[in-house]
Amino acid sequence: MPVITYREALRAAMSEEIERDPNVVLMGEEVAQFNGAYKVSEGMLAKYGPKRIVDTPISEAAFIGMGVGAAMLGVRPVMELMFFSFYSVAFDQIFNNAANLRYMSGGLVNCPIVIRGPANGGTNVGATHSHTPESIAAYHPGIKVVVPSTAYDAKGLMKSAIRDNDPVLFMENTLLYGESGEVPDGEYLVPLGSAKVMREGADLSIIGHGRAIQLALKSADLLKEKHNISAEVVDLRSIRPLDEETILASVRKTNRALYVEESKPFCSVGAMVAAIISDKAFDHLDAPVKRLTSIDSPAIYSMPLEKLQLPSVDRICQAALETLK
Amino acid sequence: MTKKTTPAKKTQVAGYNARQAPINARLGHDELIALYRDMVRIRRFEERCLRSYQQGKIGGFLHLYIGQESIAVGCVSVMGQHDHIITAYRDHGHALAVGMGMNEMMAENYGKYTGCSKGKGGSMHYFDPTRNFWGGHGIVGGQIPLGVGLAYALKYKGRKGAALAFMGDGAVNQGAVHESYNLAALWSLPVLFVIENNGYSMGTSQDRSSAGPSLAERAEGYGMNWDIIENGHDVLEVRDRVAAALKLAHEQSLPSVLEIRTYRYRGHSVADPDTTYRDKKEIEDYKATKDPLMFCQNQLLAEKVLTQEIIAKIEESARAEAETSAQFAEASPFPTADDIQKDVYWEADNPADRKSQGALFFS
Ligand SMILES: Cc1ncc(C[n+]2csc(CCOP(=O)(O)OP(=O)(O)O)c2C)c(N)n1
Ligand SMILES: [Mg+2]
Repeated sequence: MPVITYREALRAAMSEEIERDPNVVLMGEEVAQFNGAYKVSEGMLAKYGPKRIVDTPISEAAFIGMGVGAAMLGVRPVMELMFFSFYSVAFDQIFNNAANLRYMSGGLVNCPIVIRGPANGGTNVGATHSHTPESIAAYHPGIKVVVPSTAYDAKGLMKSAIRDNDPVLFMENTLLYGESGEVPDGEYLVPLGSAKVMREGADLSIIGHGRAIQLALKSADLLKEKHNISAEVVDLRSIRPLDEETILASVRKTNRALYVEESKPFCSVGAMVAAIISDKAFDHLDAPVKRLTSIDSPAIYSMPLEKLQLPSVDRICQAALETLK
Repeated sequence: MTKKTTPAKKTQVAGYNARQAPINARLGHDELIALYRDMVRIRRFEERCLRSYQQGKIGGFLHLYIGQESIAVGCVSVMGQHDHIITAYRDHGHALAVGMGMNEMMAENYGKYTGCSKGKGGSMHYFDPTRNFWGGHGIVGGQIPLGVGLAYALKYKGRKGAALAFMGDGAVNQGAVHESYNLAALWSLPVLFVIENNGYSMGTSQDRSSAGPSLAERAEGYGMNWDIIENGHDVLEVRDRVAAALKLAHEQSLPSVLEIRTYRYRGHSVADPDTTYRDKKEIEDYKATKDPLMFCQNQLLAEKVLTQEIIAKIEESARAEAETSAQFAEASPFPTADDIQKDVYWEADNPADRKSQGALFFS
């Protein structure tokens, strides 16, 4: 199977959808002439022209809101936020308009928009540029939230997101853009709302999303090697809709769960998953559900300290061992 | 999608000579030399930053101000003790101009505890309230309402001061900027909106981002004073025109929008290879004809205010100061793991005076 990067997988997904559906448009700051701040859209302007690949001014509230309005009339905008952190500039458009339109119109209005961009820390860009708002976004009924951790999922989920008739917030990761993985040529879809067991195990379930999954897989290797612990790793891939069944099946098998994510702990995705597990699989648990997040403060700039603040293989292994005590 | 353009209204009277303006005519040799020296210090500091970045000592983004030095230095030189300043992420020039030290700045870039923000903010987020410098802000346009807030607070407290809120030519298209214009004009707040128009927001030229004949002229819609400073490379012209707007703010509590034309020599940030959106020739032409340091140097040499010896001394000491700052930063300690959760809440940092109860932090 061909091996391509996460970045190329996203580009392939958007390109295929642009070719398939004349209503799909990619828009955002520097996506066209500059080829994307992180080069996700490289070459797309040359290939698809300025009607389909559009540079916007630095006006997130206006262009995201414009995308919501255009979506009502059947355009399918894919809106790039250079950093997902800038979603807060467009907060009202996303969470008051996009999220509520369908409901407030009694189902008369649809909003098929994708809002995408990198949402991660770990590159020392400081507190304003390092937000991980998965749980904030998923809190809002009407909004869907997707966080791919591999090139394969990046492509399959992006294609599904573009075809989805609801607003989808698609959170990528600058540290994953260059990571390669096997991606088949041509058409395939990964449905929203299906988690994936990345590695089978028997002693505990490490559940998570985003880049934390890559760390969890490395941690699972180490746990096996050093402690003969067999960890199952489950990647949610999609936060809302959420694949409760895959999570619960894994916990029923291993009887222990650790949720790993890069967000802050308060009301995080892990907090939600822990609540679901204790609600629906309480009798299967041999230990409380454990959560590992970033240390609870705004993102620190200082290089070695940001490493400490974020989840790491060390911290994951330690948390896993505590869960198994 | 391309826009139609009409030529900008001329704001400058014929025969205008910034050097002869009273605010400049009265400058002594030492003061003129200080303006030049401050610009040289900014440039040498940033060149040293660039080297450190290339050596992997500085993380994240590094947005260099090289080419725009006359604006920070000119503006700050006409500010009084009750005037305040706030800017975006391209903040090294403003920080040095208000008197912050290279050591604390370089240490901040290195993520060290001795940095101006204890290594927590980085290059984009310098602060020094003791010098009326309120940051260093990473979100494009996000600092502008805060600038209006500084002006509001000054007026509220009855102080005779003003706020200078800096932004780039790309920032003018943020909604928050327009809302700020309206508040400032509606409530007569003493704020100067200073647009450093370097022609580009990242890879987007002004033409491709902004409608209307000029950026400053948008003030018309709010009935606000505005001015376009064509020769932003001339520190003396910047001084004179900014001082005029500052006078309006001080004496009549009136806001202004000032568009200062300038140019950045380096990529948007050090990570921008700067190969796609402008000609190398455009950069070379600007450097050759309008470099702010060169322009000032030539003028002061012609007036015999500067001599080759003085220039050499200024150069040598600016380089040494920058080098020392890199050594200082290198030798300084990083924050510790315990520092990560300090400076989040006032109450957590001042436990003896805590009034609220309950958990502030979670894991
Ligand atoms: C809300 C927001 N959107 C986008 C960005 C990314 N970004 C940082 S600087 C910049 C260009 C700004 O250009 P301009 O205002 O002209 O200032 P300059 O960099 O030229 O000083 C962009 C798009 C950001 N930091 N914040
Ligand atoms: Mg600019």
